[in-house]
Amino acid sequence: MASTQSTIRIAPTGPGHPKRVKSELMRQRLRAAGWFLVPMLVALAIVAGWPLLRTIYFSFTNASLTNLYGAELIGFKNYLNWTVLKSGRIVWSGLLADPVWWNAVWNTVRFSVLSVTLETILGTIVALVLNAEFKGRGIVRAAILIPWAIPTIVSARMWGWMLNDQFGIINDVLMTFGLIDHKIAWTASADTAMIAVLIVDVWKTTPFMALLILAGLQMIPRDIYEAAAIDGVHPVKTFWKVTLPLVRPALMVAVIFRLLDAMRIFDLIYVLTPNSSQTKTISVLARENLIDFDKFAYGSAQSTMLFLIIALMTILYIWLGKVRFDGGDR
Amino acid sequence: MSAGLKLKQVKKAYGSVQVLHGIDLDIKSGEFVVFVGPSGCGKSTLLRLIAGLEDITEGTLEIGDTVVNTLPPSKRGIAMVFQSYALYPHMTVYENMAFGLKLAKAAPGEQDRRVREAAEMLQITPYLDRLPKQLSGGQRQRVAIGRAIVRDPKVFLFDEPLSNLDAALRVATRLEIAKLHERMSDTTMIYVTHDQVEAMTLADRIVVLNYGVVEQVGTPMELYHRPDNLFVARFIGSPAMNIVSATITGTGAPATVQPETGSPVTINAEVAASYLDAKATFGVRPEDLTPTDGPGLFTGTVSIVEKLGEVTLVYLDTGLAEPITVKIDGDVEIAKGETLTVTAPTERLHLFDENGVAFPRVSLSRAAE
Repeated sequence: MASTQSTIRIAPTGPGHPKRVKSELMRQRLRAAGWFLVPMLVALAIVAGWPLLRTIYFSFTNASLTNLYGAELIGFKNYLNWTVLKSGRIVWSGLLADPVWWNAVWNTVRFSVLSVTLETILGTIVALVLNAEFKGRGIVRAAILIPWAIPTIVSARMWGWMLNDQFGIINDVLMTFGLIDHKIAWTASADTAMIAVLIVDVWKTTPFMALLILAGLQMIPRDIYEAAAIDGVHPVKTFWKVTLPLVRPALMVAVIFRLLDAMRIFDLIYVLTPNSSQTKTISVLARENLIDFDKFAYGSAQSTMLFLIIALMTILYIWLGKVRFDGGDR
Repeated sequence: MSAGLKLKQVKKAYGSVQVLHGIDLDIKSGEFVVFVGPSGCGKSTLLRLIAGLEDITEGTLEIGDTVVNTLPPSKRGIAMVFQSYALYPHMTVYENMAFGLKLAKAAPGEQDRRVREAAEMLQITPYLDRLPKQLSGGQRQRVAIGRAIVRDPKVFLFDEPLSNLDAALRVATRLEIAKLHERMSDTTMIYVTHDQVEAMTLADRIVVLNYGVVEQVGTPMELYHRPDNLFVARFIGSPAMNIVSATITGTGAPATVQPETGSPVTINAEVAASYLDAKATFGVRPEDLTPTDGPGLFTGTVSIVEKLGEVTLVYLDTGLAEPITVKIDGDVEIAKGETLTVTAPTERLHLFDENGVAFPRVSLSRAAE
């Protein structure tokens, strides 16, 4: 009956992580926690796990929309395949040899890095402003969330009109002030399509970023700033040496949320700049193959690759940035 | 490096709410002054005005003969220890203490010397490389004090520094602060607390504040023996002074009063003739009352007995509105329901007029002169 003698050690306060032997009470709590998690795990398995597994499965078949269930396994041919011609030349095919795919990867990465960087900087500035005390702060805090609350399709259409080359207000304003000498087809021109997408995305998601960072800022005790004032620290220095290190945990989590979102962007680009090779991201390309081109298996392979890329970037980010989700490194 | 402080009619208002109503204070260089009062009396606000963390609405504040009303905190030659310590959580103890010096571009050798000197003084040298979260409350408090020492301030400000510590640690840290004051005897120290024991033990002079007004300024013993008014009389001393309403029946010095019940009481106070038949209150501290067999000040039945070990608190039902508290030796056996008569020396009675202002004392004030 040795098992009934559970050992409980009281964790000493202070640094270090002593090994604790699980007591019966602890095991009971863990069991209860497990039961509470079951509904969520079941829901996740149905709406995320199963589709993911199906997509991965389809990526190894020759499935098409008309023949989903009669698909045959063809191994890695959707990813990489080669044929040896009679002349002895080897022709590569499949995802990894497809320039259209690599263009989409480049667009996705470019868009993600640029948009998240801009949103982080602007979001921090907005959060710092909203964290200061001024009259009507509550209203401003609510108002700033409006872009985030508008459905992407609506804001994409709205901006589409504003950026329109014939009737758009943005061209009109820029012409009136003499900043441009001819109207620009923002969404259609190859030079400006990505800029247009970035403008709209930054406009839309900066509030989200600001809100997450604001939450982090409000965790910083006021008296630390008072101590800094007594120490005679210049406000700019205070920001770099005190605020930023302390808000870093919240900032890192906000960035990872946005990064995940940005890497799989679809709706904004699909509505604002359809069929522009300058902005076509992996998600847009995958949908095109899945539905428009009836290359269901090929589109599945692209989706699977996107999943792997996102997973890899997330793991790298968490590992390199030492992100902690349990309240940061205080 | 030392300076006194002069406050002239310092007022503070938040919008239409007046928090401090014209504070006049003269704090000598090297003095240890404690601001004490109940919550919301404005003592912390006054400290923050001195620190420069809040603006003075009206009046002038001088530190060492310079008006500093509009100077930023860092230019006032002050250092402050916060109630919550306010350490930078992402910096080690060493970095916390050196931060101000580093940004003031002090020579690295000088920085290091001052930090190590302060650390040595406070016995926190072994923790210099730790983060605040790896320290106990008492250690954090010492780091906060160390950070203030490193600034080499003219005026040291403490904002309830002990209130986040447990009882035993509070006593130990209180002693350390007293020692610190001894060692830095030419540094002026201002200390805010709501704990009268801290105030009594640490202060050279105590400033009692109530509703944004200074009720009395004086040495701990002055406040204890000669409170200027009822508020100070009840605030200083534990348990609080017994207060009894009475009518003045004999003026002059000493005066005679008639409580609601019982026989007339003679008090060593000087009362002008115009006060005859006026309402008044007299007070006597629980520790000044002693049981007696003869006629006494109060007679009543014991309603509650609280044994604290070295003393016993006895609550007497005498027919007055409030029970009379008596502090007697812990060895005296006494039980609930017994009848007890207590008395006090005439010079230990305090007499206040209808507005709670103390009448001048005869024997004690003469003895003090």
